[in-house]
Amino acid sequence: MSPISRRKLLTGGAVTVAGVAGLAAADRIARRYGLIPPDGGGVYGPGETLTYAAQRVMGKHALAREFPRGMISKSPFMNEVAPHNDEFKRHQAVNFRDWTLTVDGMVAGPLSLSVEDLRALGTRSQITEVVCEEGWSYVAEWIGTPVEAVLREAGTLPQVRYIVYTAMEKDGWDSLDMADALHPQTLLTWGMNDGDLPVGFGGPLRMRVPRQLGYKSVKYVMRLTATDSMKGIGKGLGSAAAEGGYAWYSGI
Amino acid sequence: MSPWNREFFKTRPIESGRHPTLLRGKAPRTRMGHPGSFLVRCVLLSISDSERAVCAILPGMSAVASPVQQTTPRHSAVVRWTHWLTVIAFIALVITGGELVISHPRFYWGETGNVNMKPLFTIHIPSSRDTVPTGYGYVMPDQNGWSRYLHFEAAWLAVITGVVYGIAGFWTGHFRKDLLPAAGERSWRDYWLAFRGRRARDDAGARSYNVVQRTVYLGVIFVLFPLVIWTGLALSPGFNAVLPFFVDVLGGRQSARTLHFFVSDLLVVFLVVHIVMIALAGFWSRMREMITGGVGADVVVGKERV
Repeated sequence: MSPISRRKLLTGGAVTVAGVAGLAAADRIARRYGLIPPDGGGVYGPGETLTYAAQRVMGKHALAREFPRGMISKSPFMNEVAPHNDEFKRHQAVNFRDWTLTVDGMVAGPLSLSVEDLRALGTRSQITEVVCEEGWSYVAEWIGTPVEAVLREAGTLPQVRYIVYTAMEKDGWDSLDMADALHPQTLLTWGMNDGDLPVGFGGPLRMRVPRQLGYKSVKYVMRLTATDSMKGIGKGLGSAAAEGGYAWYSGI
Repeated sequence: MSPWNREFFKTRPIESGRHPTLLRGKAPRTRMGHPGSFLVRCVLLSISDSERAVCAILPGMSAVASPVQQTTPRHSAVVRWTHWLTVIAFIALVITGGELVISHPRFYWGETGNVNMKPLFTIHIPSSRDTVPTGYGYVMPDQNGWSRYLHFEAAWLAVITGVVYGIAGFWTGHFRKDLLPAAGERSWRDYWLAFRGRRARDDAGARSYNVVQRTVYLGVIFVLFPLVIWTGLALSPGFNAVLPFFVDVLGGRQSARTLHFFVSDLLVVFLVVHIVMIALAGFWSRMREMITGGVGADVVVGKERV
């Protein structure tokens, strides 16, 4: 009996060593190809990394489902919004005509764009579903300027890996990797269902990232910052949501 | 005769009735020293098919000798490891999944659904979000952050474990030999007899599952688990971008969510019945078999140490 069992022990040991070596190699490859999310450390890191890496490998350029016009929800749910601060109320009082989007960080030429300037850079619309992490959803037409067009105008440097976007609301900031930032459906949205984007749905300017959950589509965006690393930005986890315990990558 | 009689749940009657402790389903006494050695022993037993062999390797440990030597374990090492990894993953998935439902305990059918729309049905519990009209005057604490992280990490563990189990199951003939109902045992009458606990047992059948058990296990492994993974993936906006048909064939996102909930419920029902049956058949002896494989520790008469 014992020789067989010893062999089994040795086999088990070899499998364990091979497994550890394989994991170490996978970790190196994942780092090399940028497949580890900013919140990829800690006890939930392995699961997050697997999800993020799997989706980036399977379909970096895949398009979110778009729907026919007839499927636009008649009763979309805007979700609750924290009370607006005084600065937002001042903008609201003049119908957001002075709202500007600042583009800075690792770009050849920093920009300061009004919503009119954004429209001039390019317009695209998509009928996609807003999917809240709580479980509810609705379909709407979103009209805006591709983030890619804005980044092209500013000229992002080659080493840029993340685009950080900041809202006027307190603790409203998040970031996208370049796959999502340059994705054709990722829009700086200023219109919804053939009208202006209502304040409740994020007007005057909302980031729409239809391949991820709703909380990635931050409302009241006023700044884009290009960076090569999330280190030193907040706690380095990639978003205010991640600092609050919610995954940075919400393509799930 | 009630289907809840003990005989029905016995997958393997104990041949020798001379040991009263074993008849009550208790594990045989083994002498163990340091608590650390107990852990080492558990790990070794989980990869080895022989308790005696492990004792031979590790001095200072001993087991009760078994006069009736069995050469094959009740459960193979792969089955035992994948079983317990699935247990860990499943418990995490059920707890976190329930936690996520609390943030929106309303279910819909079709592509979209929110509080402005009529639900298919509502679970009448308080919610962790004040945007959901529940009729309760208070809001539950929000636990979605870690629940989401853990849910998807546990899902990965379940899927990877399932893939290993599936490949090994076909490779070793585990599905064919242990789970596929035998050729002569597939009539309605066979199912009825097994369900009533009147299945005649011979030596070959004594160590195996009856036709009802086999069918249920196959259904859980090849229908419910694939379905719960499918409906879960259909809730991922990133995955749906890659493979849209995953959610489209289910009738839309909210249909997928509702189906995910129902399939999960069926798996929980299976878990409860599974545990009840194990308890009725002898909880600790079944646990021992699933941890050590159960070789050589089943029929114990003597007290000599090896």
